[in-house]
Amino acid sequence: MSVLRPLDKLPGLNTATILLVGTEDALLQQLADAMLKEDCTSELKVHLAKSLPLPSNVNRPRIDLIVFVVNLHSKHSLRNVEESLHHVDATFFLGKVSFLATGAGRESHCSIHRNTVVKLARTYRSPLLFCDLEIGDFRATMAQRLVRMLQICAGHVPSVSALNLLSLLQSSENPSLEDL
Amino acid sequence: MDSYDAPESTPRQCASSRLKDYFIGATPLQKRLESVRKQTSFIPTPPRRKIPQCSPLQEDVDPQKFAFLLHKQWTLYSLTPLYKFSYTNFKEYSRLLNAFIAAEKQKGLAVEVGDDFNIKVIFSTLLGMKGTQRDPEAFLVQILSKSQLPSEHREGKVLWTGWFCCIFGDSLLETVSEDFTCLPLFLANGAETNTAIIGTWFQKTFDCYFRPLAINAFNLSWMAAMWTACRMDHYMATTEFLWSVPCSPQSLDISYAIHPEDAKALWDSVHKTPGEVTQEEVDLFMDCLYSHFHRHFKIHLSATRLVRVSTSVASAHTDGKIKILCHKYLIGVLAYLTELAIFQIE
Repeated sequence: MSVLRPLDKLPGLNTATILLVGTEDALLQQLADAMLKEDCTSELKVHLAKSLPLPSNVNRPRIDLIVFVVNLHSKHSLRNVEESLHHVDATFFLGKVSFLATGAGRESHCSIHRNTVVKLARTYRSPLLFCDLEIGDFRATMAQRLVRMLQICAGHVPSVSALNLLSLLQSSENPSLEDL
Repeated sequence: MDSYDAPESTPRQCASSRLKDYFIGATPLQKRLESVRKQTSFIPTPPRRKIPQCSPLQEDVDPQKFAFLLHKQWTLYSLTPLYKFSYTNFKEYSRLLNAFIAAEKQKGLAVEVGDDFNIKVIFSTLLGMKGTQRDPEAFLVQILSKSQLPSEHREGKVLWTGWFCCIFGDSLLETVSEDFTCLPLFLANGAETNTAIIGTWFQKTFDCYFRPLAINAFNLSWMAAMWTACRMDHYMATTEFLWSVPCSPQSLDISYAIHPEDAKALWDSVHKTPGEVTQEEVDLFMDCLYSHFHRHFKIHLSATRLVRVSTSVASAHTDGKIKILCHKYLIGVLAYLTELAIFQIE
């Protein structure tokens, strides 16, 4: 149906597009603003979505990186992300998908255990980033990081591909964790 | 975590563990460092837990002894191990603490001068408040007001109560040396100023550290499931949940009350393995409540924050306040709280 595929459109000239998926509208908006403020040689396009599938009637450029944002304070956001993941083609998970967990700083508000998200990221073999998007400085740092990742995924950084980045981001795991 | 506790607890006997060679002759500090390192890389909460049963040690203790602990609101703190604490020095400790409190009140802004010097501090042991034989004995500290009239010999009113306990604290007891007494859970009832003064005295005397124990929504939903799973003869209170919706200008509170027998029926339909509670069952139990609420009110409770859980067994608030209502499951409730306290210390 309307499954997102990484290579079904032609890339725009010097354009890199990121899709942020999550239920926390305010946080996504702030993160998008922070990313657009970043100095970048490529032209950045940030798309925000509450959930997938995206409406098919809109003409949108090729998406280079999808970031699923989970708020550890809300189980609803986790369910939303889990359902949206079904609408992403498997080939996207070769370095073009990332998970971002927010809200880990305020332990007393957390209703999802940190390891639930870790397991989710491991199942989809994608990197998991932790960032408290409510705090301005952390958000700016994360925006910087995402812009660099986006440039790599769009192919704008010579000799580094999304797959290279993925293997670099995999942390050295304890072999027993593979059983999860 | 249970499968990793085994190599730690029996380092000499576990032959197949790769950690065996490391742990033989390891000092307690090395063991602690190893356990802290492991905590950060493995799942801290076990995917399954035992439903709190009547502890065999509690069977022989008269339930009347612990009756004064029930139906009171306790504020929770986690406490690091006490250095050179001795159960035989209670009289000495009472004397010192009494003097300390008098001194503090004197230099403070005590308005009622007369009453403040007529207090008495009593230390006493709570026998039987433990999970296994290895757990240190729980003890109780009470501040009583001395009766004004010399003819009355009875004890004065209890102004403040605090007790220290450790229930099934094996993971902490492993890694601590002989000089330390591990009583990670501290419960206090009474004026906040008294708690602060007593806390300061303990911190100075035994080189320990108190921290308020907050209970997050994840643990509250575990408590709700475990306590609903407890078999009760008759239910004293309705099962009630309270959620806080983060919205501006002031947060909204949603309260959801269920008849306790309905909650138990729901739990029984979700529950599969007898004697154990798993993460999936807890999630399913809460999801049923959320979807029922959503069907009627179109509000996603899963996007809000669970703040308070109240059942016939006990009631807990996210700020670290607990009230235990049922003496049968007292040990079970305390065991879970001890686990949270130990996790906070580590």
